Amino acid sequence: MLDKRIEKSPVQLTKEDFASDQMVKWCPGCGGHAILASVEKVFPQIGYKKENFTVVSGIGCSSRFPYYVNTYGFHGIHGRAAAIASGVKIANPDQSVWIATGDGDSMAIGGNHFIHTIRRNIDLNILLFNNKIYGLTKGQFSPTTPMGQVTKTSPQGTIEHPFITAGLVMGAQGTFFARVPDNNVKLMTEVLYEAAKHDGTSVVEILENCVIFNDKAHSELTSREKRDDNQLILKHGEPMIFGKNRDMGIILKGTSLYAVKIGIGGVTEGDILVHDQFNTDPGIHRMLGRMTGPDYPVAFGVIRSARAATYDDQVEEQIEAAKASSSIKCVDDLLNSGDTWEI
Amino acid sequence: MAKQKNIVELEDVVVKFVGDSGDGMQLTGTLFSDTAALAGNDLATFPDFPAEIRAPQNTVAGVSGFQVHLGQRKIFTSGDMCDVLVAMNPASLKANLKWVKPGATIIVDESAFEPKFVEKAGYKTNPLEDGSLESYHLIKAPISLLTKESLADVDIDKKMAEKTKNMFVLGMMYFLFQRDLDKTLDFILNKFRNKPEVVKANQTALKAGYNYADTVEAIVSTIKVGSAPMEKGRYRNITGNVATAWGLLAAAERSGRPLFLGSYPITPATEILMELSKHKSLGAKVFQAEDEIAGICSAVGASFSGSLAATTTSGPGLSLKSEALGLAVITELPLVIVNVQRAGPSTGMPTKSEQSDLLQALYGRNGEAPLIVIAASSPANCFYYAYVASKISMEHMTPVILLTDGHMGFGSELFKIPKTADLPDINPPVAKPNEPDFKPYRRDPVTLARKWALPGTEGLRHRIGGLEKTNINGTVSTDPLNHELMVNIREDKVMRVANYIPELEVYGEESGDLLVVGWGGTEGMLKSTVGRMQVAGHKVSLAHFNYIMPLPKNTQEVFSRFKKIVVCELNNGQFVKYLRMTFPEFKYLQHNKVQGLPFHIKELTEVYTKILEDK
Repeated sequence: MLDKRIEKSPVQLTKEDFASDQMVKWCPGCGGHAILASVEKVFPQIGYKKENFTVVSGIGCSSRFPYYVNTYGFHGIHGRAAAIASGVKIANPDQSVWIATGDGDSMAIGGNHFIHTIRRNIDLNILLFNNKIYGLTKGQFSPTTPMGQVTKTSPQGTIEHPFITAGLVMGAQGTFFARVPDNNVKLMTEVLYEAAKHDGTSVVEILENCVIFNDKAHSELTSREKRDDNQLILKHGEPMIFGKNRDMGIILKGTSLYAVKIGIGGVTEGDILVHDQFNTDPGIHRMLGRMTGPDYPVAFGVIRSARAATYDDQVEEQIEAAKASSSIKCVDDLLNSGDTWEI
Repeated sequence: MAKQKNIVELEDVVVKFVGDSGDGMQLTGTLFSDTAALAGNDLATFPDFPAEIRAPQNTVAGVSGFQVHLGQRKIFTSGDMCDVLVAMNPASLKANLKWVKPGATIIVDESAFEPKFVEKAGYKTNPLEDGSLESYHLIKAPISLLTKESLADVDIDKKMAEKTKNMFVLGMMYFLFQRDLDKTLDFILNKFRNKPEVVKANQTALKAGYNYADTVEAIVSTIKVGSAPMEKGRYRNITGNVATAWGLLAAAERSGRPLFLGSYPITPATEILMELSKHKSLGAKVFQAEDEIAGICSAVGASFSGSLAATTTSGPGLSLKSEALGLAVITELPLVIVNVQRAGPSTGMPTKSEQSDLLQALYGRNGEAPLIVIAASSPANCFYYAYVASKISMEHMTPVILLTDGHMGFGSELFKIPKTADLPDINPPVAKPNEPDFKPYRRDPVTLARKWALPGTEGLRHRIGGLEKTNINGTVSTDPLNHELMVNIREDKVMRVANYIPELEVYGEESGDLLVVGWGGTEGMLKSTVGRMQVAGHKVSLAHFNYIMPLPKNTQEVFSRFKKIVVCELNNGQFVKYLRMTFPEFKYLQHNKVQGLPFHIKELTEVYTKILEDK
């Protein structure tokens, strides 16, 4: 459900309503362009008044985003987008607040704000541009760079275990997690719409290509030749089937997931797990989020979208309750409350 | 009937209650103060407690104290040396004896001076018996024992009976000061409404203490402190931290901008966060963040959204907030940062007060990042300066650092309750929907403040952030001359605030031999000392600063009227550096103290006397 609190636009908006007059300065071929196109498409679909969108960012290539979309925008400081956006949303819950951030911004310098924002379930939409590299500082490894990768600061290969974004988000009790490749604008737009509908913190991990410093980092998943076999695109209520021939699926055996071929070893389509994105138990969602090649496809689409109380709603509820019950209605009441005397 | 006692009339008295952390000294001191206030005394208080929550019992580390300075004249400080010390155990006596005036009255719980506790406190011999307290008027009372005896008929366990010894000693003090018990009896009744036996125990102990003091021969005279000449009005007692919180609430109400506080708990500022959390009925939104950085960043976001946004902290927290402060400077958003200073560097001495964050407040950011710095100077005026900080921040679209300190934050004094309608108007420059020619950095020609354009407003969509922007249009720019222009505008905007703040007032003669200069929380002590020296015929005056960046416009002119200037600070000389830089034409003497302690009148008097004598 879209947020009833946020005022709708009286007219149907188009992507031109959100086009900024600023020159987009991302490199040609950067995944950012596709994300921008998708956001310009989905904001009119969401249908809120154009003044009711605020985009907040941190630092990095991703974080130039607010300048490129015509909304209220705030370009913050490194790692702090989630904290700034939390203030924007709590102070004004009538805004649809979006965060543009990257793997370094949210999972390295801003890791603390990222996990605590998710834990609080503030109604924010986080677009996490994951290119697995520091781009704006020209090619150092990030917290999601695969172990062993040679970068400017790891000439012998990194010796760090990378974060799996889904694991981090769900470990922080995330209520919404989705993953999309940057070259599927249709899926991205659908997922962004789902994120907008989710009441709580939505994290959309976008596997973004950095054409200069980490080109083809996601090509195992996103290239034309490999994507069908390596992408499991989840749809709520539908069986988890993937593969060029739509003959592969995911089953649960014991406490683990397995990728199987339908028809082999007695596996039928009926054995394939059906996706329930709204399941409040994160067990299967965690397993889906962590799946990776070569034994598994990588899950895309909305992996988890569970209902839970939001921080911002509860702030309003507590204020309403206090206003209804307290005898202190104004500061003069407060100043004269308790122990006072006349001289 | 006890023998008629003499009455000693005093202008002002400093009383200190000390005991173990669990002995209830804070409550005892508070109740004593409240009763004194009701009797018409002016007063100021200061709690003195250890950083540890419950340090080992009967050790010096675990001593908790509460000091109150009351008088029949205007009281400026919580006092320095005590006239009356109430010590509930050997450790508290040992820790506090150095703050007791010769000849002062000391009341001790004799039952607590068992050999093992005497030893634990670090005494070689029992101070009650070895003659070391001969120069004081010592009242030895077996308080614990008498309390237990007085509760023989009350159905209450031993532990609870023991706990009421603070009421017994409070009763003794009420006799000593000839106070009415009613207020405290009422307090006990309300506090323990659902526990009639506890009410009875506490009330009985209080009355028993009063009666005991009446009969005991050691108390030969009672103390009379008459009513102070107070301005007519309604009063309450208030601590600096609560006053700060309420000042923010008042500014939010008067400006029409809802209050948002983003903060992280830190001693000695936490009480502001806790206090504002209680006032959701006034619409205050309080966000306890995951760290200091999130505290200020959420406040910056809330300010962008149109709230009166604040963050409260102490020194180490201000360090963590530096980068985000620069963000507020460059985005030209209102933001109030309250720094309740404590002794540093690093963790330093968290419960001890100092004025050593001044240079951090003025300059502790990357780049040219000027902002307004204001310092409150007493617990009650924290209300006013929090209000003014909010007003200036919003009207001039620039962050303000409000400096208070631990002493002010925890200390209390009587507060004449204002009417919010009498406070100055606050007019934030909020942009109107579809304002023609709106540009993010178009400025008011007089104040140079930009407009505050709130998300949700039609026709004002815009983007701001930490990258340098062109003036007026607000697009990202690395143009060299534009950057220099913006740096200069941001500074000029801050300096123009001098046109909106009051001029510096001189306490005492307008010219003379010595001008004492101070800022912030030392005002009471400096004023008391200078006042006494003036009475003694010295040509000494005080210029005390609340507005630090920018300085009041007449600062230079005031300085020029005195032969000598001495700058007194509880740091190693930060304000004096700033003054030397700003007005290098004057010669500044300085007096500094960095012990986590306030100035004392005796110490200051010696310093000033010596300066006056030097040729």
